[in-house]
Amino acid sequence: MSEVPTTVRQMAEHMATSVPQAAALGFRLLSVDVARGSIEAPWREDLVGDPDTQVISGGVVITLLDHTCGLAMSSSAFAGTAPFSTATLDLRIDYMRAAAPRAGVIAEAHCYKLTRTIGFVRAEAWDLDRSDLVATAQAAFILNRPHPTGAAA
Amino acid sequence: MSSPAEQLETFLQRVPYVRFLGMRAELAGDEMTAILPFAPHLVGNTFLPALHGGVIGAFLEATALAQLSVTQQSMRVHKTIDITIEYLRPGRALTSYARAELRKVGRRIANVHVDAWQDDRSQPFAALRGHFLLSADT
Repeated sequence: MSEVPTTVRQMAEHMATSVPQAAALGFRLLSVDVARGSIEAPWREDLVGDPDTQVISGGVVITLLDHTCGLAMSSSAFAGTAPFSTATLDLRIDYMRAAAPRAGVIAEAHCYKLTRTIGFVRAEAWDLDRSDLVATAQAAFILNRPHPTGAAA
Repeated sequence: MSSPAEQLETFLQRVPYVRFLGMRAELAGDEMTAILPFAPHLVGNTFLPALHGGVIGAFLEATALAQLSVTQQSMRVHKTIDITIEYLRPGRALTSYARAELRKVGRRIANVHVDAWQDDRSQPFAALRGHFLLSADT
C-alpha cells in the first residue's frame, strides 16, 4: 500500500471501517490500490445465516462484495484527475459454495474498465483459500462527475 | 407439516442475520410482505442518508428465502445459487417493504423475483431476480 496516494488510503480506511453498516459488520481494510481494493468480514455469531451449519450469512457476503466493489470504484475516483461519486446500477452474485463454518470472508474487487459514465467491476470472495472461491460478483456503477465537460455523457 | 405462519416465524427467529438486520414479515394467506424498519446501523451513505446497497440486496435475498420457507416447507434454509440486484433509487431512511414472486418452482430449483419499495409501491427502489436450490428434508 506504499505507492498509493495518501488521500486514497485515507478514503479506503474511512470507507472500510467508518461507514455505519461496514462498522456494524466489523469490516477490516486489507489492501487498496488504484482501481482495486480488498476487505475482510470477520465471522460473528450474530451474522450467521444457517444455524444448522454456523455459516456466515449470504447477506454479509452481498454487503462485503458490494462494499469492496464500491472501494475499487472510489479508489479509481480518488486516484484520477477528475474525482466523481458513484451509484450502483446492478450487482450480480454467483455463489459457488457455502463458506466454512465459523469462517470470515475476504473479498477483492477490481474496476477493470472505466468509461466517462460507467465503471465495470469484478470481485471475488473466499474464506480460507483464494483458489477455492465462495462467491463472485459483477457490478456496474454510474459515475456522477461534479462538472460535466465536453460532449454529453 | 406446520402452518405457513409457523414456518415463517421459524425462519425469522432461527436466522441470526435476519435479527441483525431487524427484518420482520407479515403474512396474508400465502402472500408475504417483508418489512425492514430503518435503523442507523444499516446506513451506507451518511450524506443522503441512504441504506447500504448490500443491506438492500441482503433484505431482498432474505425476502426470497422467507417466501420459499413459507411455500416450500423445509426445516433447512434453501441455498442461493445466483442473484442479480437492480438498484433503481436510493434506499432512504424509511421503512422498506418487499414482496417475492415465485416465477417457477421446480423439483430442485426456484426462480424468484423480488421488488422493494418504501412509501410508494409503484416506485420500487430495488429489485432482485435469482435462482435458489431447494433443500429437501431428509
